[in-house]
Amino acid sequence: MAQAISARGKLAARLARHSTGIIASVLFVAPIVWTALSAFKPAAEARLPPLPPWPTTGFSLENYATLNSFGDGLWVSAQNSIYVSVMTVLLSVIVSVLAGYGFSRFRFPFKDLFFVLILSTIMIPFQSILTPIFLVLTKLGLHNTLTGLVGVYVTLQLPFSIFMMRNAFDAVPREIEEAARMDGAGNATMLLKVMLPLVWPGVVTIALFAFLGAWNEFLAALVLMTDQSKFTLPVMMTALQSGRFGAIDWGAVQAGVTVMMVPCLILFLALQRFYIRGLMAGAVK
Amino acid sequence: MTTITASTTAPARARKLVGAGRRQWIGLIYVAPAVALVMVFFVIPLGMTAWMSLHNWPLMGEHAFVGLDNYGAILRDTRFWNALKFTGYYTVVVTIAIFAVAFPLAIFIEKPRPLTNLYRTFFFMPAVVGFASASLLWSWLLNVDSGLFSPAAYDLGLIDRKFNLLATFQPAFWSIIAMVVWKVAGFTMIILMTGLQSIPQDLQEAAVIDGAGPFARFRAITLPLMRRTLALALILSVAGSILAFDQFYIILRGGPRNQTLTAVYWIFNQSFVSFKLGYGAALSMVLLVILVALSLIQLWLLRKPEGLD
Repeated sequence: MAQAISARGKLAARLARHSTGIIASVLFVAPIVWTALSAFKPAAEARLPPLPPWPTTGFSLENYATLNSFGDGLWVSAQNSIYVSVMTVLLSVIVSVLAGYGFSRFRFPFKDLFFVLILSTIMIPFQSILTPIFLVLTKLGLHNTLTGLVGVYVTLQLPFSIFMMRNAFDAVPREIEEAARMDGAGNATMLLKVMLPLVWPGVVTIALFAFLGAWNEFLAALVLMTDQSKFTLPVMMTALQSGRFGAIDWGAVQAGVTVMMVPCLILFLALQRFYIRGLMAGAVK
Repeated sequence: MTTITASTTAPARARKLVGAGRRQWIGLIYVAPAVALVMVFFVIPLGMTAWMSLHNWPLMGEHAFVGLDNYGAILRDTRFWNALKFTGYYTVVVTIAIFAVAFPLAIFIEKPRPLTNLYRTFFFMPAVVGFASASLLWSWLLNVDSGLFSPAAYDLGLIDRKFNLLATFQPAFWSIIAMVVWKVAGFTMIILMTGLQSIPQDLQEAAVIDGAGPFARFRAITLPLMRRTLALALILSVAGSILAFDQFYIILRGGPRNQTLTAVYWIFNQSFVSFKLGYGAALSMVLLVILVALSLIQLWLLRKPEGLD
């Protein structure tokens, strides 16, 4: 009898837990799903309130097709965003792996000063130095170029990713290096063939953060990219949503937002444990 | 040259030391690209901000040294102080709202139980979407004619005519709060979860045996042991909110009636709409001082507990 009551209590608790979980999950996921579904409506239907969210007058890719008709077209912005994000990932990985290795394994003049300098940039909001960055880029001939934007994005990633990589290299026992050195491994072989496979999870983590950072960044891109052919997706879509290309086409906004969200969600779902790892590493230290 | 040295031990050791010394210098080459980037895109611009703040600096034409005039102008710039006041108000409200949602969620997903990982993934999904995407998405949901909330409320008979959520301050402000909580709560939840998981299980169990209720346990064990995690989540939320821009620019354009201009928004307007670069730099210096002060408070809050280093 008592057992039956406690079993029923357990069942009730489990039921309460899962209904809370499901309701909260729906609240968090609904806006994303709502947009993605509405984007498949024909343009005429997409203008109306999204009730219900799915297309009722037929499935259509019209909203995606019209995206290319605004300004230089969404495809140009998407290419810009892809270029900027991929370059940011590559460069920030290369620079941070080198620096992480250097800070972890060598003693050299000004080592502590440089490390503190790089980490302390996290305290300075880049929003407050955008104007001079604009002028520096102009001086370097990188004004209004995607390369200049990549340089800014890579620099923004450095404090987090160098910190991550230095810790990753610190965790590799020195004996491994000494053994490899005995076998005649040079500096390049050592880093690429011996060390890199051991710090690979850290590399994936910083690559993921670099991609999301560059893909989603808005203010620097808005300020530094003045030519429409250089707009990244967030800047392009904001121009569209502000009515810069005539009456606001909400169907196009839904489709464009979906294009912006999907790569982030796919990467997160595929690499979730690396993302959480990065967050925890940041939180614990 | 290498053939001779093997004979005696002393020169061999000396050579090894020199070699080691040389190898150490190589470290400088490894960190050079990072240091160069930080110099070009951070240290130099930072110095320039300070320098420019002492000048009248239009986009075109000559700039002129004006001493502290820009700072004097800031003191009289009531719209900047209003922006700062609004930013402070927003920061307090949104931080409380984020914690009120994130803390229960963190407790909910802390223990490994069936489906917990799935729930965690769902709660976290908005956090990987960018602020710009989230703002564009919500600007649609909040739209009076084509959006979701107002037409849905109308269809359900909750309101008798369509209500524009973005036309007046209160509903517009709370709409932004709702959007930011939706977007950020999952992130804060993960941070708080790491703190909860770091509390030793036997401590909680011992307290249960001693007859402590859940509330007493939370107050006497959970909160004190989570001090550093709480401080971190708090600082991340406060610093992020003080620098808020995307959502106010994209959803509200600073309106209605410029009531939702944040500090960064005002600096953006002065620098890149009015092109008063010197004045914008002086405003940036004020923002910078606030953020650095906050970082120092953070370092103090995050200090390791005494004797536990």
